[in-house]
Amino acid sequence: MNVLLDNFPAFRDGFIGTVSITAVSSLIALVLGVVVAGFRVSPVPPLRYFGTAWVTLMRNTPLTLLFLIFFFVVPEILFPGMSPFVLGSLALGFYTSSFVCEAVRSGINTVPLGQAEAARSIGMTFAQTLQIVVLPQATRTVIPPLSSIFIALTKNSAIAGAFSNAELFGWQKLMSDKGYDIVPVFIWVAIGYLIITFTISGLFRLLERRMEVAR
Amino acid sequence: MSASVLYDAPGPKAVVRNRIYAVVGSLAIVALIAVSVMRLADKGHLAPEMWDIFNYAGIRQNIADAVLATLKAFGLAAVGSLVLGVLLAVGRLSDHKPVRWVATTFIELFRSLPLLITIYAIWVGFLTDYSMWALAAGLSVYNGCVQAEVLRAGINSVPKGQSEAAYALGMSKTQVMTTVLMPQAIRSMLPTIISQLVVTLKDTSLGFIILYPELLQTARLIASNTQVNGQYPYVSTIVVIGTIYIAMCLLLSALATWIEKRGRRAKTGIKVAPGVQTAGIPTVEDIPGPGAGGAGGAGPTDGGAAGAGVTKD
Repeated sequence: MNVLLDNFPAFRDGFIGTVSITAVSSLIALVLGVVVAGFRVSPVPPLRYFGTAWVTLMRNTPLTLLFLIFFFVVPEILFPGMSPFVLGSLALGFYTSSFVCEAVRSGINTVPLGQAEAARSIGMTFAQTLQIVVLPQATRTVIPPLSSIFIALTKNSAIAGAFSNAELFGWQKLMSDKGYDIVPVFIWVAIGYLIITFTISGLFRLLERRMEVAR
Repeated sequence: MSASVLYDAPGPKAVVRNRIYAVVGSLAIVALIAVSVMRLADKGHLAPEMWDIFNYAGIRQNIADAVLATLKAFGLAAVGSLVLGVLLAVGRLSDHKPVRWVATTFIELFRSLPLLITIYAIWVGFLTDYSMWALAAGLSVYNGCVQAEVLRAGINSVPKGQSEAAYALGMSKTQVMTTVLMPQAIRSMLPTIISQLVVTLKDTSLGFIILYPELLQTARLIASNTQVNGQYPYVSTIVVIGTIYIAMCLLLSALATWIEKRGRRAKTGIKVAPGVQTAGIPTVEDIPGPGAGGAGGAGPTDGGAAGAGVTKD
């Protein structure tokens, strides 16, 4: 009557599910977050308004509601029968992108003023200033908050489990429906999540050390 | 003239170019929205009958009950998380090693676990018939850990001279904590505390998964039990319920921003931290300390143009 040993294949699938949905949606969040952050500091007002609206909306919407929107409204707009994995990673990625955007934007704010001024005075355009001078320097200050954002993303991916994705929370639900005692199930699922989050924070610590520059 | 140091005040050519970008950008956004609305309208999701259901007294009553249920769970969770937060923060700063150890383990464990896992385990394991209490308990445990860290950051930001002076006057440890450190910590961290309450309010939507009849669960019940024109009114219900949620969260966020601005006006006391919604497990380093105002302006409700600049730090 050991929950883990009796159901190991399901647990393994759940673990892999959590890892893959986390990986895909963090990629979406990262790309979208940087783009929206670029919008928010751009010289074009409509793009700026769009960025602000995006962040305000995404940040003040409960993630569960976003999942509902993605599972019931988005398939009607795009095409019916999209897989729960795609919809789940899109919802998670969109939600997290607003937090990434704010982290990147405050990272941009920490780059010394002189850098952007120097870039401008040698004739760089906005896009060049941002891409060549400001963003690379902002990366260093953005990495620590990004680490906690991605850990939060991992934890939020549990909600995808409630929307018919095969991942760790789905396993917990399945096991408790099968009548196993909830406490050992909870402990195993907790260990699964802790492994993933510790790996993420370890990777980011490594990245931080690699990027460290004596200033 | 320009609002930002990232680009020059546009000359005549740049003005034209920016206008073109502006027109193309707005057109793209408008087109995206228009296509979505048209696709939805094509499938009959936006038909008047779909919205007519909100005229029925029964459905209105359902929504009112659901708002009440959400607020009830939120109120319980807010009180629970604040009480637990104070206890855990004091415990973590205690002089007694076992107390400190227990508080630290509790905080580190529960804030690194998904909230949903905790709520579900409490619901199935202990409070199967009381989903509201399970939701409130889970939210209190998780957010209590976060609030404890926020408070600890606040207490640590009080200058050391304050507690030294209090000890020198002969105050006991409890007196120093309750009359000197805590009031200042709470005052400086109030915007962050309220931002975390916004997160708590958003997370009450997890009650959806443990079948607690709060707003989202009600939305799903309404949408799946009412049939209009042979279709279920998911789109209109989600729009209505989503608006209610976003309005509630924005109100609470606005309160945080208002208190932050008000605190900044005061000339005495330690600085007030910005009310930023932290995404993850805010460690003491992540929580924007009262001194880190330079990276701020990231409050949930600041205007787009205002926050567009690179500030001198």
